[in-house]
Parts: sequence; C-alpha cells; structure tokens
Amino acid sequence: MRTYRSLGELSLLSLAIALPWLLQALGEDYYIGFATRLLIYALAATSLNFVVGYGGMVAFGHAAFFGGGAYLVALLMTGGLISAWASWPLTMFIVALLAWAIGAISLRTRGVYFIMITLAFAQMIYYSVISLKIAGGDDGLPIDQRSNLFPFDLANDNVLYWLALGLLALSLLLLKRLSHSRYGHALAGIRQNETRMEALGYPVQQLKLVCFVIGAALAALAGALLVNQNGMAGPGQLYWTQSGMLLVMVILGGVGQRYGGVLGAFVLLGLEEVLAQVTEHNHLYIGLILLAVVLYAPRGLAGLFCKSR
Amino acid sequence: MTPLLTIRNLKRHFGGLWATRDVSLEIQRGEIHALIGPNGAGKTTLIHLISGGLFPDEGQLLFDGRDVTKKTMHDRVALGIARSFQITQIFPKIAALENVRLAVQAQQRDWGSSLRMWRPASADFLMIEEAEDWLGRVGLAEHAGTHAADLSHGEQRALELAMTLATRPRLLLLDEPLAGMGPEESERMTQLIASLRGEQTVLLVEHDMDMVFRVADRISVLVAGHITATGTPEAIRVDPAVKRAYLGEDIA
Repeated sequence: MRTYRSLGELSLLSLAIALPWLLQALGEDYYIGFATRLLIYALAATSLNFVVGYGGMVAFGHAAFFGGGAYLVALLMTGGLISAWASWPLTMFIVALLAWAIGAISLRTRGVYFIMITLAFAQMIYYSVISLKIAGGDDGLPIDQRSNLFPFDLANDNVLYWLALGLLALSLLLLKRLSHSRYGHALAGIRQNETRMEALGYPVQQLKLVCFVIGAALAALAGALLVNQNGMAGPGQLYWTQSGMLLVMVILGGVGQRYGGVLGAFVLLGLEEVLAQVTEHNHLYIGLILLAVVLYAPRGLAGLFCKSR
Repeated sequence: MTPLLTIRNLKRHFGGLWATRDVSLEIQRGEIHALIGPNGAGKTTLIHLISGGLFPDEGQLLFDGRDVTKKTMHDRVALGIARSFQITQIFPKIAALENVRLAVQAQQRDWGSSLRMWRPASADFLMIEEAEDWLGRVGLAEHAGTHAADLSHGEQRALELAMTLATRPRLLLLDEPLAGMGPEESERMTQLIASLRGEQTVLLVEHDMDMVFRVADRISVLVAGHITATGTPEAIRVDPAVKRAYLGEDIA
C-alpha cells in the first residue's frame, strides 16, 4: 500500500518535472505560467493547511504572510538586493518574526476570536502597506527583473516553474516527516485535547506558535515566488479575500490532509480558468462546488482518495 | 524534612463566591492524603489551584520549598506536579499506547524534544517500551493497540492514570478517580492507587468513603472553602465536627 503510494507520488513528480517539455512539444508554452501559478498557490495553501489542519488554528490572515513575502522581496529588490539567496531567506525571517508577534497575541484567543484577530492583523498590514509610498500605494510595487538565483536563471519561465515545483515537493516532504515526528504527534495531541496536553507538561501555546510561524515562513516563500511570477507585488495579495481564497483551497482540498492544499489550489484555480472560458458566472459554480464538498466530503477532495494523511 | 507541598492561606473567589476561603495544608512526602468534603466545598478548585489550572487571588504554594504560586501548569508538571481530571481527559482518536507515549515524550525534557520534526517518533523504542510498562502497570497491556475512545469508562480512567504516572510526578493529584465507575472497576482502581503507597505522594479527592478510609494515610476535610480537620483516618472518623458536617449517621 505504502509503496504503491510512493510510486504514485514519484510518477506524478516525474510527470510534473517533464511538463515544460511536454507543453513545448504541444506548442502550448503559454500554460507554463499558469502551471507555475498553480504550484505557487499550492505551496501557499499547503502552508495554511499546516496551520489549520496540523496546528488546529483557523487563521484568517494568511494573506499577510503570503502577500507580505511578495512585497518584501519587491522592496528588497527596489533597494538593490536582487540575489534570491539573500533576499528570500531574509524575507522568510522577517515574516517569521512578524508571525511570531501576531501569533503570540492572537493565540491568547481561540475559535471565532482567533479568526477575527488574525483577520484584523492582516487588514492592518494591508492598510499600512497601501498607505506606504515606497510600496507603491494602491498601484502595488512592480519589479523590473526576477530575483537572481545564480547559477539558475529565473528569467527562464521553465526554471521558475521547476523551482516552484522543487520547493512545493520539499514542503510536502517536510509535512510527511513532520506528521510522524515527535512534534507532529504533539500537534495531534493538541488538536484532540489541549487540556490534557498542558496537564502532561507540554507548553501548548508555544508549540502552536511554532506551527503558526513555520506556516507563515512557508507562505512568505510562496510570496517570493509569486512576485517573480507576476512581476509585481499588488495590494490584492494582502487583502482579506486572498486569505479567504487560501482557506477555501484548504477546505476544498482537505483540512489536515497532506495533499489538501495542493488539490484545493489546483481544483480552485483550474475551475476558475476553465469556467471563465464558458460562463461569466464562474464564481456561482465554484460556490456550489464548495458547498457540495463541505456537505458530502467533509474531509475534502483529498479525503476521498486516501484514508488518512 | 520539609513537606513536599505547603499551601499557605490560599484564597480564590469566583465573583461573590469564595470557593477557597483560607486554605493552609501540608502534604508530607510519601503519604496518600485524601481530601474529602460535601459537594461544592471547593475540592476541585483546590486541585486546580495546586495544578496550575487556576491561579489564587491570595496565598502561596511551596513545592519542595520552592514558590510555584505563579507557575503555569506545564511548568508545574515539569517540576513534578501532575493531575488527573474528574472528567476523563485523554486523546480519544489514537491508540492507548500512543496516549501514554505522548506522556512519556512530554517527560523527556531534553532541549527541543517535542520540537523534533524530522525523525519518526516510532523510531524511539525506549519511549515506546516505557509507555508499554506504564500501560501494564494499570492493567491495560492487552489494550495497547485499542483506540482510547473504544475503551470502557473504567479503562479510560486507568489510561488517564497511566498517562499521569508516565510524567513521573513527585506529587500526584487525583480528582475523583472512581467517578462514574461500577463496583468492579472501583475495586481495581482502589487497589491500583493503594499500590502506589510508599513510592508516590498522592493528594486524592474522592467521594467514596470506603475507598478513602482504605487507602489514605491522612485525611483533610474541606467544608465551604475551609479545612476543618486534618488527621489519620481513625481520628477523622471520630471527629465530632466532621461527623456533623459531612459523614452522616451511618459512618458514625
């Protein structure tokens, strides 16, 4: 069973690696940008799924970290820091610090209050950024070149695609290892019974905070990819609708399912793309599909395929 | 030798209700100390105050000579104060063994033990063996693989005791361990707790008087947030104030 699954994962990965060449052979190069976008959102949704599904924290402000990563990379580039080797880790570090502060305050609350306070923080960041002149205000912040990841040339769309694929694969591997590790078991315990965990001597709040911060740092990494893909950081990436969309992806794909974020991002963005070609009311249909998933597949699309994570 | 736990003038109120009025109490090393009293006397509140689930408005808690009044629950567990709950607190969706393994993992406090994110926890054979030992101690060895939710009520109570013991407490707080148990299960749990005598300091809240008088070395009586008497079971049995307040005619 396990080997079959690994085989399946490997063949999917090989197919994904070969995709740029396949598209070239078919003369559909345009889609490589779309495929990259899928991977980036899959990474962002996976990072949120880590917080929501593994850490049990329904965070409604993930756009702050995803969009924040995009803005920081763009800002650093405006300031002359073009090397991805320097600016991306720095961006992840700054976002991690920000998440640490936001998380330390927000984790004093729970349930609906946690949802509201994370939303409030994210909106504060949104309004702060659009009022900043150096961040381009309402217009966003364009970048005139992609980050420099010497010796790899990110200006090449295929290379950016492979990079996004590699980072997504690494994150999924981390999630897989993590869910069987001591930390993963501790998080599972926290999801089931916080009182018992605290009474066993676990510093529950700190363990959750670590999860929140890791999720934010991964989202920042996705943001760094996004700004390179889009050529700009825009206010929409920080807005609450972005947080909402990532949450929809996670719920659609499967909360706490390892591939939940990936499936959710692929299906949601894929549907948007397909439906937009045939109808103006694509959001209506997406809403209906989400409704159906919530009602009939509460463990998400990933839950339909596998028994557990 | 100093007492293991010294409670000094502890007070705690909820709105206008003083659940703990002015409690002073000493728990000696190695004793099984029972706390009895009518419903609403403040027994569970006192357990919360000692374990760190609640903080007192006034007063002081000294554990092994050290002031722990302001320490969080998980810090107190690290120092050696662990508790069970009146309403069973376990992890229902995982196997019994995994429940205890989490307790053993918590007790291994080398740096970052529970922040290890890469190595599978199942590779730690020693941790699993220790968990198996504790399960065996409470008589659940053959249920190691059973989901905790599928255990009977009595088995779940025993599992919680195993988890609490696995944190290797120096002071074990048991809040009504017999709550909701049938006679057979009660008997098994009573023997289990009695078997801890000499190796474990216990503070026990329990309504079952037969059990209390069987296992306790000393008994304290809590009435309306006050300790009205402390003494050996024999002394408490004949204490007129206690009889009046609590025990009723049949014991007298």
